[in-house]
Amino acid sequence: MAEEKKLFKVTIDNITIEVEPGTTILNAARMIGSQVAPPAMCYYSKLQGSGGKCRTCLVEVAAGSTADPRPMPKLVASCRTTVMDGMVVKNTTSEKVLDARAGVVEFLLINHPLDCPICDQAGECDLQDLSYAHGSESTRFEFQKRIFEKHDLGPYIQLHMTRCILCYRCVYVADQLTSKRVHGVLDRGERSEIATYIEKALDNDFIGNVIDVCPVGALTDKTFRFKNRVWFTKPVDAHRHCTKCCGRVRLWLRGNEVLRVTTRRDKWGEVESLPDGTPGWICNECRFEKKHVSSWEIDGPTRIDRHSVIAQGHYVDLEIPNDPLVKVMHGNKPRLLLDIHSVSEVNKPGIDLAALPGPPTSKVYDQGNDKKE
Amino acid sequence: MSRKLLLEKAHVEGIRNYDVYRREGGYSSVEKALKSMAPDQITDEVKKSGLRGRGGAGFPTGLKWSFLAKPAGVPRYLICNADESEPGTFKDRYLMEYIPHLLIEGLIVSSYALGSNRTYIYIRGEYAWIVGILEQAIAEAKANGWLGQNILGTGFNCEIYVHPGAGAYICGEETALIESLEGKRGNPRIKPPFPAVKGLWDCPTVVNNVETLAAVVPIINLGAEEYLKIGIGKSTGTKLISACGNINKPGVYEIEMNISVEEFVYSDEYCGGIAGGKKLKACIPGGSSVPILPANLLLKTAKGETRYMNYESLSDGGFATGSMMGSGGFIILDEDQCVVRHTYTLAHFYRHESCGQCSPCREGTGWMERILKNIEYGKGKMSDIDLLWDVQRKIEGNTICPLGDAAAWPVAAAIRHFRDEFEWHVLNPEECLKRNYGLAHYADPRTPAVA
Repeated sequence: MAEEKKLFKVTIDNITIEVEPGTTILNAARMIGSQVAPPAMCYYSKLQGSGGKCRTCLVEVAAGSTADPRPMPKLVASCRTTVMDGMVVKNTTSEKVLDARAGVVEFLLINHPLDCPICDQAGECDLQDLSYAHGSESTRFEFQKRIFEKHDLGPYIQLHMTRCILCYRCVYVADQLTSKRVHGVLDRGERSEIATYIEKALDNDFIGNVIDVCPVGALTDKTFRFKNRVWFTKPVDAHRHCTKCCGRVRLWLRGNEVLRVTTRRDKWGEVESLPDGTPGWICNECRFEKKHVSSWEIDGPTRIDRHSVIAQGHYVDLEIPNDPLVKVMHGNKPRLLLDIHSVSEVNKPGIDLAALPGPPTSKVYDQGNDKKE
Repeated sequence: MSRKLLLEKAHVEGIRNYDVYRREGGYSSVEKALKSMAPDQITDEVKKSGLRGRGGAGFPTGLKWSFLAKPAGVPRYLICNADESEPGTFKDRYLMEYIPHLLIEGLIVSSYALGSNRTYIYIRGEYAWIVGILEQAIAEAKANGWLGQNILGTGFNCEIYVHPGAGAYICGEETALIESLEGKRGNPRIKPPFPAVKGLWDCPTVVNNVETLAAVVPIINLGAEEYLKIGIGKSTGTKLISACGNINKPGVYEIEMNISVEEFVYSDEYCGGIAGGKKLKACIPGGSSVPILPANLLLKTAKGETRYMNYESLSDGGFATGSMMGSGGFIILDEDQCVVRHTYTLAHFYRHESCGQCSPCREGTGWMERILKNIEYGKGKMSDIDLLWDVQRKIEGNTICPLGDAAAWPVAAAIRHFRDEFEWHVLNPEECLKRNYGLAHYADPRTPAVA
């Protein structure tokens, strides 16, 4: 009989779980549940080598292991740090972590255009969720934001570098899914940008997947651009027989019209695994060419996760993650995007936006400034 | 006159050539090491000598070597980090330019100790002319049997290659250096795994500074016991200091680490005092990344003790009242220098050299530079100073590699010690463009007559 594998015991935010050696802190936290999982902007479990760059998943290691219970001196990137037996990790229970995370969010946003009203990613954007949970309401950055020239990446994909947060996910996709990588990162520091060599078009059967891995609206689907807001579309899972890929997709419908085809995503915003465990990437033909319901066999409505504002549409199977979190957060309720209407008064009618001297902040809404009518 | 181990022969005429170097006793450490010592013995000797990394962090070299994984059948690599790009540091350049064979000799001994058959010198791209000097030295060493196959009949093979970088400061970080050496973009790797386990081409690798590897030569020649006697406490041996700024005699000095900062700055043997008879205002004792110190904290520690030129004494008081030995780039600022301007210059440097991989450094360095520019040019607000403090605090410790820390520390120290100067810039937006803030309370504590 094979010897039983020794499992590592790890405690994250006072919740203990046993995981296999070699698991990262982030994955261990995800096994516990979305309540304690640190946010991840660059890590993508299906892409080798990803992670460690955005620094949003920083956690505090209060005790390294049973053998060496010293705390780690710095916050560590949970997506790239493997667990040790007896490790004690603090995520949302650590002031230090929340402070650092707020700092990272601020850094990610200072040069982000915040053009959500015209961005196709709005509503399913990881950066929106992140800034909603950890950001502040106003900016301290008083300088001109960074702007990039637009790059043309061919007939299907639009690159909008100004929105990019340089997570490198698309680079890894191109590296690991396609045979010929033609795009990568040029320049360095603030000016580094995702680009192709002399504006070459991205031309590969699986290159469309870069759109799905992009956490922000830097890479968008040209066949869907400006067609609709995601929260007005209805997602259904569908499949077709495809010779190139698995053919398991998510259709985004408006009426009977297929506006967009994407991969199926799991609750972490990553592409769903197929029954055999491999990631369910889809080919360009399924993604861009098959825009008619008759090409597809519908499997049923999509299970909506907390990440999406379309959760406002009261879909079935909605998971509301707040019970244990309230306990570990000392009675504070987490702020979730799906609660936007009850938490924020952004949609409160009767506020005269035109009368404000600057952009509206929550203070304005708190104080009223109601229209005198 | 303090003892010289590295630069003792640097001014012998023609020492750059093999014949002269050999005649002056060169390559004797290779003979001694390869013929009479086992590789582990050399590592032990280096460990015993207390040699600490000269590149900046000051990590014990012997300990670093002992961490090197040695799985069977996997090649190991030694890389010499000659990507000396820290503003204010130019000691390696001097060493490689004047006495290149010393580095080659140290590399052969170290390669033997670590079992590296292919050793690389990753040299800064801007040091283009030194590539030729090193390659000539390597060719000469090879022609005389110190490199190549079966060196001195011991069966040890070793080749040394020189690889110039392309002008990126970040490639001085060891994992970025390895990436660059592999032909990729010089982005630092995420640790762990450390290079000692998975480095160049995923093989165990040791990366050491030029001066560290050169210091192996006197350790082998003298023996660890003798080497240990030079210096104080955990700062053993000699250290090259590249002194620059407003001093009478800028240059590279080899010091024993038991002289005081005061002696180093004012004695005629070293810096020779502040240029033009002016007063000392501040100093960055270890290259641009380490915290700046005002004059009153430079010569004496917060406790009133004399500060010495060594790892422990310079960092006495932590970052609150101390600094770091760093890479030995000793920059002196006199009373006419503006600390805000100086901090802005450094922030500009780090903004330009950030690799752009992780968010706090990519975005934060640019933000700090812009705020500092505003303050320097009289457009700052009082709240900007606190904002600057907050931004540096959020960069420090949250990045992949130490460049984030290196960008944050100078800003933090400048605000910590020279906040009044920042405030003066904000309060006097027009005057600050025309004249300098001056000395204020952190004036040179020395009486002018002291020799």
